[in-house]
Amino acid sequence: MLRISKSAYDSIRCHGEEAYPHECCGVLLGQMNGDGRVITSSVPCGNTRTDSPRNRYHIDPKELVRIQREGRERNEDILGFYHSHPDHPARWSRTDLAEAHWFGCSYVITSVEKGKAETTNSFLLDGTGETDKHLDDEPIQIAP
Amino acid sequence: MKILIPTPLRQYSDKQPAVEVEATTVGEALSGLVARHPDLRRHLYTEDGKLRAFVNVYLNDEDVRYLQKEATQVRDSDTISIVPSIAGGR
Ligand SMILES: [Zn+2]
Repeated sequence: MLRISKSAYDSIRCHGEEAYPHECCGVLLGQMNGDGRVITSSVPCGNTRTDSPRNRYHIDPKELVRIQREGRERNEDILGFYHSHPDHPARWSRTDLAEAHWFGCSYVITSVEKGKAETTNSFLLDGTGETDKHLDDEPIQIAP
Repeated sequence: MKILIPTPLRQYSDKQPAVEVEATTVGEALSGLVARHPDLRRHLYTEDGKLRAFVNVYLNDEDVRYLQKEATQVRDSDTISIVPSIAGGR
């Protein structure tokens, strides 16, 4: 289960609409408490894949380094990432799985149909390493 | 100096978000880290001992690949950040 604040949820969907017809991407931060993870903020990032922005995304690691460091200072950790699928279902692709390396983190995908955010789904990266990793469906709960 | 551990790797660093090590180079710092937390090794390095392609190591705000890699000199006040890459596409 992924718990996410209403404001973070709304901003990632909004980012998907703004970036359309390109893929948007960003980072989800929050707290781990026990087994649960609560997303309290989202940070929009630039998509560095200017060669193929309609169907690929990549976040500059320099941005991640900054977000990770500044998050620590506020006691927030990186717990997930989001991106959009312009005119494509909100399901993970082979590329999404191959490029996923943050185990225990959520990969949130929003389908954006003709410029309008439709479905938002979350997938948890599970497994013990690169050879047995998999993305599992996880329900999203929107916290007020 | 301080090494910031990304959330997915904290299960191998006794849940610590940051680890303090004594080192004069990036390579020494990383060796110190895996000596203390051996389970981190296979997540950071390939079987032939190369840093995995998707593992980014930054010294403060610079990618060590564009400095002198593992030979890059470090100071006590520096911070190394480890960040696995983020990418994908439909
Ligand atoms: Zn995707």
